[in-house]
Amino acid sequence: MSDAAQTQDLASTARPLWMRSNALAFALFVAFAIVPALAQFGTEGYILSLVMRVMIFAIAAMSLDLILGYGALVSFGHAVFMGFGAYAAGILMSHQVTDFFVQLAVALGVSALFALVTGAISLRTKGVYFIMITLAFGQMAYFFMISLAAYGGDDGLTLYSRSSIFGQDLLGRGHVLYYVIFAAMVGVYFLLRAIVSSRFGRVLRGARENPVRMEAIGFHPYRYQLAAYVIAGTICGLSGFLLANQTEFVAPAFMTWQRSGELIVMVVLGGMGTLHGAIIGAAAFILLEEGLYRITEDWKLIFGPMLVLVALFARGGILGFFRRSGQ
Amino acid sequence: MYTTLILVQTLNGLQFGIILFLIAAGLTLVFGVMDFINLAHGVQYMIGAYFAFTFTQMTGSFTLGLLIALPAALLFGLLLEALVFRHLYGRDHLDQVLATFGIILFLNQGVKVLWGSSPLFVPVPDLLQGSIELIPGFFYPIYRLAIIAAGLGVAGLLYVLVNHTRAGMLVRAGATNAPMVSALGVDIRRLFMVVFGFGAMLAGFAGAMVAPILSVEPGMGDNLLILAFVVIVIGGIGSIRGAFLAALLIGLVDTLGRGFSSDILRLFLEPSAASQTGRALAPMLIYILMALVLFFRPSGLFPVKR
Repeated sequence: MSDAAQTQDLASTARPLWMRSNALAFALFVAFAIVPALAQFGTEGYILSLVMRVMIFAIAAMSLDLILGYGALVSFGHAVFMGFGAYAAGILMSHQVTDFFVQLAVALGVSALFALVTGAISLRTKGVYFIMITLAFGQMAYFFMISLAAYGGDDGLTLYSRSSIFGQDLLGRGHVLYYVIFAAMVGVYFLLRAIVSSRFGRVLRGARENPVRMEAIGFHPYRYQLAAYVIAGTICGLSGFLLANQTEFVAPAFMTWQRSGELIVMVVLGGMGTLHGAIIGAAAFILLEEGLYRITEDWKLIFGPMLVLVALFARGGILGFFRRSGQ
Repeated sequence: MYTTLILVQTLNGLQFGIILFLIAAGLTLVFGVMDFINLAHGVQYMIGAYFAFTFTQMTGSFTLGLLIALPAALLFGLLLEALVFRHLYGRDHLDQVLATFGIILFLNQGVKVLWGSSPLFVPVPDLLQGSIELIPGFFYPIYRLAIIAAGLGVAGLLYVLVNHTRAGMLVRAGATNAPMVSALGVDIRRLFMVVFGFGAMLAGFAGAMVAPILSVEPGMGDNLLILAFVVIVIGGIGSIRGAFLAALLIGLVDTLGRGFSSDILRLFLEPSAASQTGRALAPMLIYILMALVLFFRPSGLFPVKR
């Protein structure tokens, strides 16, 4: 990140940028909100499931942005929380525990606990070693899920229904699941927005810029970073829980290191440290993937070089690109 | 019988460790000297295997194929360096992750387009076919022994290169303090290029060597990349010696763990529970080991002194 961008980011509590980023987020939300109304003119089921996927990954990417963009903690095992959230739904479902709220509570609880334990250990290391230790925990969880033969092992687990709300299959009706995911995304955005602009968020950003100085003025960066890590893991668990409901399937493939890498790519692609950048990055990643696949089966031949070009020429991702060309 | 099994698995572990070392050696130098996270190092290994396949088919001889595959892998590495990596030195780690992730996607798909997605097989060279009796009643494939020998040879060569040549001295100095080396008038960009090309060639060599015993397929480098990262982190980033010892350690722990963890657990647990836990635990062992090492020695076992 360039110095200019950092100063700009540090000053993000100033009114104009605040309003501008909120206006952009608001426009994004309106677009997501009216998709079901427009989708009926196309292949409705396909469009809706694609956009639901975008919103779910937007939640996961935003949660990663909290530690990556605001805390400079590069976690290479973030997809694990998505896997845990998904498996919480899948495993409970296979034991006939179908209630939405029970499953959600377990999904969030397990993710938070795993984040607390692994975060407490990982945060003792710095920089590249932090990347690698989060990767190690991610791989451990991945192989653990593969070994769970009772729950499908490598092949994964098919959910026989969606979570039920008050005993009713509400999520199966109309656009209910779509708007539940939409509400979760909007809620997560405003929650994280409140967190990063609070005193807590300032300390987190301060620790990103200069941990020694933060300690000198009386803060313990470790505690703040751990809290942020737990919050991020919990929110990512939520996205996994929603993903299980959307695909009605869970598998260890949800938590591979490649998936964690994709989450990082989404955040960096959209523009990190902005929250709405994570939404844009997730949308760009998934829609490009889908769009290019329609052009050619070998879409990665186009998508790969695009990522390289973004890394080489578009510092600050898509948002950074537009911000610069707007100046 | 059981001792034979342990011997076989130990040698298999050593052979796996040697392959890991060949990949990790380049990775640790690129990482240590240039502070560059190269996720695309695993695809260099894959490319080496595909080159070996093609050139072996073209020439009809594995030796010739290998001899052509090596400079080809080197050239390919240099090409990538000039096209992409050169422009990312000194940039944020995340930009490097993004770019090299893109390269993985591109090359994994690229080999699928060029060579097809089904696994390819390279025959073991005639000279190295069959097994020999190491101790009475204990046979081991000659080719795997050849891999161990070749790997040890490369390790020795690297040791001499890094510790007793001028270029090696510059590499070590670069791993300790690159800006200072540059300030002393060394063309650090050229040094980077050489290190990068050399690392790519070593990974390609590893890929070519395993081509006759593993199937050559798209994405074959992805998991080895992660193992190579585990190796260099345990060994201490930038340290060739650390990479060598950590690679052997990881190779042995992984192979023996997969072979025997159920048997060992049977000493304490019910047979069925033991095999269940063993199967779950075995693939996790090396990551547990890595987390433990980082917990007690946050910069690896042999950190480069700064």
